[in-house]
Amino acid sequence: MRKYRFLPSALAALFPFIATPAVSADKALTVYTYESFIAEWGPGPKIEAAFEAECGCDLKWVGVADGVALLNRLKLEGDKAEAGIVLGLDTNLVAEARATGLFEAHGLDTSAVQIPGGFSDDVFIPYDYGHFAVIYDSEAIGTPPASLKELVEGDPEQKIVIQDPRTSTPGLGLLLWMKSVYGEDAAQAWQKLSKRVLTVTPGWSEAYGLFTSGEAPMVLSYTTSPAYHMVAEETNRYQAAEFSEGHYLQIEVAGLLANAPDKELARQFLGFMMTPGFQNEIPTNNWMMPAAPVTMDLPEAFSKLVSPETTFLYSPEEVAENRAAWIEEWLGAMSR
Amino acid sequence: MLTRAEHRTSRVAGIAALLCVGLALAAPLAVLLSHGGGTGVSSSQGDYLLRITRFTLLQAGLSTLLSLLFAVPLARALARRPVFPGRRWLISLFAVPLGLPPLVAALGLIEIWGRNGIANKGLGLLGAETPFSIYGLSGILIAHVFFNLPLAIRLILPALERLPPEYWKTAANLGMGGLSLFRLVEWPAMRRSAAGAAGLVFMLCATSFTLVLVLGGGPAATTLEVAIYQALRFDFDPGRAVLLSLIQVGLTLVVMLALKLISAPTEAGDTKGGASNRPDVSGGVHAVPDAMLIGLGGVFVGAPMAAVLVSGLNADMSRLLGDALFWRAATTSLLIGLAAASLSVMLASLLVRARYSADARPGSAMMGLLAGLSSAAGSLTLLVPPVVLGAGWFLMLGGGTGQLLAPLAVITLVNALMALPFVMRVMEPAHQGTMERNGRLSMSLGLVGLNRLWQIDMPAMLPALATGFVFAVALSLGDLGAIALFGSDRIVTLPWLLYQKLGSYRTSDAAGLALLLGGLTMGLMILADRLGNRNGSGLR
Repeated sequence: MRKYRFLPSALAALFPFIATPAVSADKALTVYTYESFIAEWGPGPKIEAAFEAECGCDLKWVGVADGVALLNRLKLEGDKAEAGIVLGLDTNLVAEARATGLFEAHGLDTSAVQIPGGFSDDVFIPYDYGHFAVIYDSEAIGTPPASLKELVEGDPEQKIVIQDPRTSTPGLGLLLWMKSVYGEDAAQAWQKLSKRVLTVTPGWSEAYGLFTSGEAPMVLSYTTSPAYHMVAEETNRYQAAEFSEGHYLQIEVAGLLANAPDKELARQFLGFMMTPGFQNEIPTNNWMMPAAPVTMDLPEAFSKLVSPETTFLYSPEEVAENRAAWIEEWLGAMSR
Repeated sequence: MLTRAEHRTSRVAGIAALLCVGLALAAPLAVLLSHGGGTGVSSSQGDYLLRITRFTLLQAGLSTLLSLLFAVPLARALARRPVFPGRRWLISLFAVPLGLPPLVAALGLIEIWGRNGIANKGLGLLGAETPFSIYGLSGILIAHVFFNLPLAIRLILPALERLPPEYWKTAANLGMGGLSLFRLVEWPAMRRSAAGAAGLVFMLCATSFTLVLVLGGGPAATTLEVAIYQALRFDFDPGRAVLLSLIQVGLTLVVMLALKLISAPTEAGDTKGGASNRPDVSGGVHAVPDAMLIGLGGVFVGAPMAAVLVSGLNADMSRLLGDALFWRAATTSLLIGLAAASLSVMLASLLVRARYSADARPGSAMMGLLAGLSSAAGSLTLLVPPVVLGAGWFLMLGGGTGQLLAPLAVITLVNALMALPFVMRVMEPAHQGTMERNGRLSMSLGLVGLNRLWQIDMPAMLPALATGFVFAVALSLGDLGAIALFGSDRIVTLPWLLYQKLGSYRTSDAAGLALLLGGLTMGLMILADRLGNRNGSGLR
C-alpha cells in the first residue's frame, strides 16, 4: 500500500465528501471495531478525543458491520492487518479469535473490570456487557412472561420475533440461553416456542424493526434496550421482561494484535479502556453496561432496568465445541 | 446487419468483455478456494442441503410463475391503453422496488399484509376473528411478486410498444378477437422478453436472502443463499461457500436453459418505438377490465411504497437533510451508482452486439460458443453472491486498511456485474430491433464503423440505454455493498447509513432515509423515461 500513498489524498482532493484521516501525529494507533461503535452517535468519536488528548497520538478507527465481520476480516487479512487493537468481539467469538494466533497476551492489571459472574482472560479484556432479554410492548401485553418457561409455554397467539443463530449474535445468545435452562430438553422447548415465533430474522435490526412497527409484541434484545427508549425517546412503552431462571450474558472484549505496529501505544489504549475516560461513554452511546467504574451519573432510566440475579454464560471453548451440534438441534426442532 | 469489419470488431470487443466478466467472477472464487481448505459436506449437512435446495427451487419457481402470470396481462392492458392520466408515473413507479433495500420493502409490505397491516384491519372490520399470517411461503411469494411483477412488466411492455401501428390497424381491420390477437400478435412479440424476464426473476428469487428469512417464518424457509452467507460469515469456511455458490449457479443454469427453449428469437420487424395508438381497442370493450387490472396492479405495487412514504414522512426530515453525513453518503452512493452503471452499460453493449454478430453466423461452433457465453454472462453474475465476490476481491487486494480506491473499485465492479443481467435484458431487444430496422439502410448509405454507431445505432438505442443505465444506478443505490461485511473504512453509502440507523434504534431516521432513497430512484427513473421518449421521438 505504501507506494500508492498519494492516491487516498488525491482522491480526497477530488471528492471532498469522503472524510480524510485526521492530521497525523507522531504516533498512530489503528483500532478495528464494528461500525455502530464509531457512528456519529456512537461512543467512538468521544473516546477518540479523550484518548488523543491523553496520548498525544492519532487514533484511527476502522469499522466493519459487526463482531462476526470483525473476526472474518482478521482471518482474511491474517498478519497483514495494520491495526494494533481489535475491539468488539463477544465471548462467543473469543475461542476462535484466540485460535487464529494473531493475538498476544495483554499483560495488564484488569482488577478494575467488574462483570457479573466474573471474566478474566490473559488475552481479551471486557469493555462492556449486557444481558439478553425479551423486550415487550407494554401497550400490547399487560403481564409479560416472568420466566423462560412462561415464554415457551405461553399463548401461541402472542408472538415473539427472534434472530437466527446461524447468522446473528443475539440469535446465538437465545440458543445458548435456552440450552442453559433446558439442557437436554432444549429441542422440545424450542418446538413449543416455535408456535409463538412470528418469524426468525437474519439480524437484530430486522427483528427490532418488526417489533417497533407493531408487528409483534415481543422481541429478543438486551436488558438495556428500554434505556434507549426512555432516555432518547422519553417513553416507557418498551420494557424488558425479567426471567426468574436468570439471563444469558454477552460480554464485549478487546484484544492486542501480536503484529501491532506500536505495541506500547496499543497497551496504553487497553489500559485507557478500563478508565472512566472510556467507560463514561459506553452507557448512553453504546447502550450497554460499562465493564469498569464510571465517574458520571447514569441517567435515571438505568436504575429502572432489569438487573438479573442469575447470569448464564458458557465458556468460549464450550461454545466453540458445541455450536454446530446445537444449531443443528435448533434447526430440527424449529423446522418441524 | 453489420459489415464484415464491423462483425470482426464486435466479436473481438465481445470476447474482451467476456474475459473481463469472467475474470471478475472467477478470480475471487479461485482466491477464496485457495485461502480456506474446503471442509467438505458431512452427511447430515447433505440432508440439510437437499432440503434447502428443494425449498430454494420451489419458492423461486412459484414466485416466477406468479410474477409472470400477472405481468403478461398487465403489460397487455398497459399496451392497450397508451394514454391515460398517470400512466408515465405508474410505469416510473414500477422501477422503484428495484432500488429499495429488501428490509425497507419488507417493512412496507408488513404495513399492508402483516398481522397489524391494512389488509388484516380491513378483514377485521368485515368480521374476521383471527388475523391471517403471511409468514411462511405466502409471505415470501407476496414479497417476490411485489419486487418482480413491476420489473417483468417493465421488461415486457416495450416489446409490445415496439410493434408498429400497422399491426394493430390490420388486427382491427380483420376484426381479431382478444384471443387470436394474443396468439398471433402479442405473444409472439413478447415471448422473448417474457422468457428473459422469467429467467431474471427466477435468479433474483433463487438468490433472495433477507426477504426469505424475514417473511419465511422460520428456518424451514431457508435458501441456498442463506447457507452461503452462513458458511462465509459465521463458519468462515470459504471452501464451502464457493462449493455452495457453484451448486446454486449449476441449478439455476439448468432452469435458464429450459427457459431458453421457449424463447426462440422473434422477428422484430419494422418497429416504431414508444406507445402507439390502438385502433383495435378503440371500441372500448376492454376498457373496464383493463382499468381494473391496471388499478389492482398499481395498488399492489404502490401500497407498500405508500407505507414507506408515510412512515418516512414521520421522520425529522429537516434534521436528516441538514446532516453532513447524509450528503456524504448520498454523493458516494450516486457516484458509485453512476460509475457502476457506466461500466455495466458498456459491458452490456459489447456483449449484446457480440451475441448479435455471433448469431448472424449460425452453424459455426466458435460463434455458437460466443453467443452462448455472451448470454450466460448476463445471468451468471447474479448467481454468485455479492458477499462471496466481495470477500474474494478483498482477499486479492490484500485487505483494505487505509485504502480508498480499492474498496470503491470493488463495490463499483460488483454492482456493475450485478446490474449486467438487467441491463442486457433491456438492451438486447432494442439492439435487435435497431439492427433489423436500420441495418440495410446504413449499409446502402455506406455509413459504417464508428460513424454508424454514433449516428444511427446509438440514437436509436438511446431509450434502452437510458433505461438500462438507470436500472443499474437504482440497483446500485439499493445495494448494501458486499464490501460492507468486511470493512469499508471511510466509505458511507445510503443503504449503509440506513442499516446503521436501524442497528442503533433509530428506526424513524431509517424510515426517512428509505423515503429519500425511494424518491431518488423514482426521480432517476422519470428522468430516464422522459429522456428516452424525447430522443426516441426526435428521431422519427
